Amino acid sequence: MNRKAAILPGNIKTFLFFSGPATFVFFTVVILPFLFGIYLTFTNWDGIARTYLYVGFDNYVSAFQDQRFWNSLSLTVRYVFFVVLFTNIIAFLLGYVLSSGVRAQNLLRAGFFTPNLIGGIILGLLWNFIFSEIFTFVGQNYGIDFLSASWLGRPDMAFWALVLVSVWQYSGYMMVIYIAGFMNLPKDVLEAANIDGARGIGRYTRIILPLMLPSINICVFLTLQRSFMVYDVNLALTAGGPFDSTQLISMYVFEKAFLAQNYGVGQAQAFFLFLVIAIVTVTQIYFSKRREVEA
Amino acid sequence: MESKKLMWNIIKAVLLIVAAVFFIAPFLLVVYNSVKPTREILENPLALPVIFNFTNFVMAFEKMRFFNAFVNSLIITTCSVLITTLFASMHAYSLVRNKWKINRVVFLIMVASMLIPFQAIMIPLVSIYGTIGFFNSKTSLIYMYLGFGASMAVFIYHGFIKSIPLELEEAAMIDGCSKYYTFFKVVRPLLKPATMTIAILNILWIWNDFLLPSLVLIAAEQRTLPLSVFIFFGTYTVDYGLLMAGLMMTILPVIVIYIIFQKYIIQGVMQGAIK
Repeated sequence: MNRKAAILPGNIKTFLFFSGPATFVFFTVVILPFLFGIYLTFTNWDGIARTYLYVGFDNYVSAFQDQRFWNSLSLTVRYVFFVVLFTNIIAFLLGYVLSSGVRAQNLLRAGFFTPNLIGGIILGLLWNFIFSEIFTFVGQNYGIDFLSASWLGRPDMAFWALVLVSVWQYSGYMMVIYIAGFMNLPKDVLEAANIDGARGIGRYTRIILPLMLPSINICVFLTLQRSFMVYDVNLALTAGGPFDSTQLISMYVFEKAFLAQNYGVGQAQAFFLFLVIAIVTVTQIYFSKRREVEA
Repeated sequence: MESKKLMWNIIKAVLLIVAAVFFIAPFLLVVYNSVKPTREILENPLALPVIFNFTNFVMAFEKMRFFNAFVNSLIITTCSVLITTLFASMHAYSLVRNKWKINRVVFLIMVASMLIPFQAIMIPLVSIYGTIGFFNSKTSLIYMYLGFGASMAVFIYHGFIKSIPLELEEAAMIDGCSKYYTFFKVVRPLLKPATMTIAILNILWIWNDFLLPSLVLIAAEQRTLPLSVFIFFGTYTVDYGLLMAGLMMTILPVIVIYIIFQKYIIQGVMQGAIK
């Protein structure tokens, strides 16, 4: 048997049997639409017509001249920044406290994770009720001004409502990953540091934080990826409103393509979004891998 | 020193309690508002219910076509997970054990594809499968979940299979097992931990997914649970008693399953992240 050889007739059967189904479905569902999508950006297809024309880079030109697209993209970047920041701080602290052996540790872990079992749509609807009925009720009855008008109706606050719900949703998930990280901290290194006299703040910034970098990197990567692509919480909580003040990029692209029937431009923007996400995440992985320390 | 430690412990406890309230309160609000009539909710959404009234549930169950949507979600999630774990494990096994050039290329493409956000392919996906009429059925949705879930599953299996000693399979081969038999009887049982991880991550994703089913499933009787809840909320916008009962019914089964399998779910998430 020549394992290193190129495919022989007998091997084709093996390949088709083991890899055939997964490879075929994967290529038809992911790769084919991806390539076809790039092709679409060079046409003026409206989603219905049977014939369409090549338009060269026209779609990209109109995509980049679209002021609302840039508004939505910069809003998304702002959203991603705050969600990644707050989620990771909260999750890190929760993970730290809940791996230090407090009472009811397992119950609390399970509790904080709960929002992740329930989809974004349902969480969005749930918080929609809380923002529009509970908070306003509390605000009006106890004279708390910043709660008395629903955040969801105010262009300046709806964004923060969205950030709040997303942080609430992701924190529990990231907390679990941080807990795994804290529990796998090498005991001998911690002990050695202790003997060498690492105390107080130094113990955290010089010893624990560098050892936790792999977990931090994973969590930042996951929150980056998820918050960039968020759609369902956005739809169920604010639906982009009021006055487009919370229309994140996924929703914008969706509406551009399917509601405004502008497939070529929508897909050009979606493709640009892919490039942005790819560049951001690959850079993040590249730089963070270099800073990880070997324990 | 002692008092400093006590202080620290008190701070920790307060922090935890505040966080716990913040995480749990939204669910509790749904629970007790779901048995109140809408009028009472609007008067005071914080008040505890005076009498327990289950008419909300009966109404919501009917209006949401809850049973129908629940069964749809169940079928789609179960089939997708079974198919994905089966085909992905076969594929990953062959990728690890047969060092052909094509295998390396396919694996590389799959790993790279994990960077593609769904939004970047959703428009062409709709135009391709909409045109050939492969839409609006559970089968097409399951097919797509296999396609979208394959790369991550293959990636996790790939890492796992690499750690399985080859000797085991060689022994089986010497004993006269074919490579198919070796895989299904010797290798696949060993993959159980990886299968659990993949199944959990996929269940969490597929059960709750909204965007893909909202594009693929158009007919009312095909809707999954998130779809039907969303449409239900759109129809009865201010009838809060009804809406809360609807939410409650959607959340409850998940919580029950969670309480039973909690340990595995948390472990699955940890394993999945490390990979």
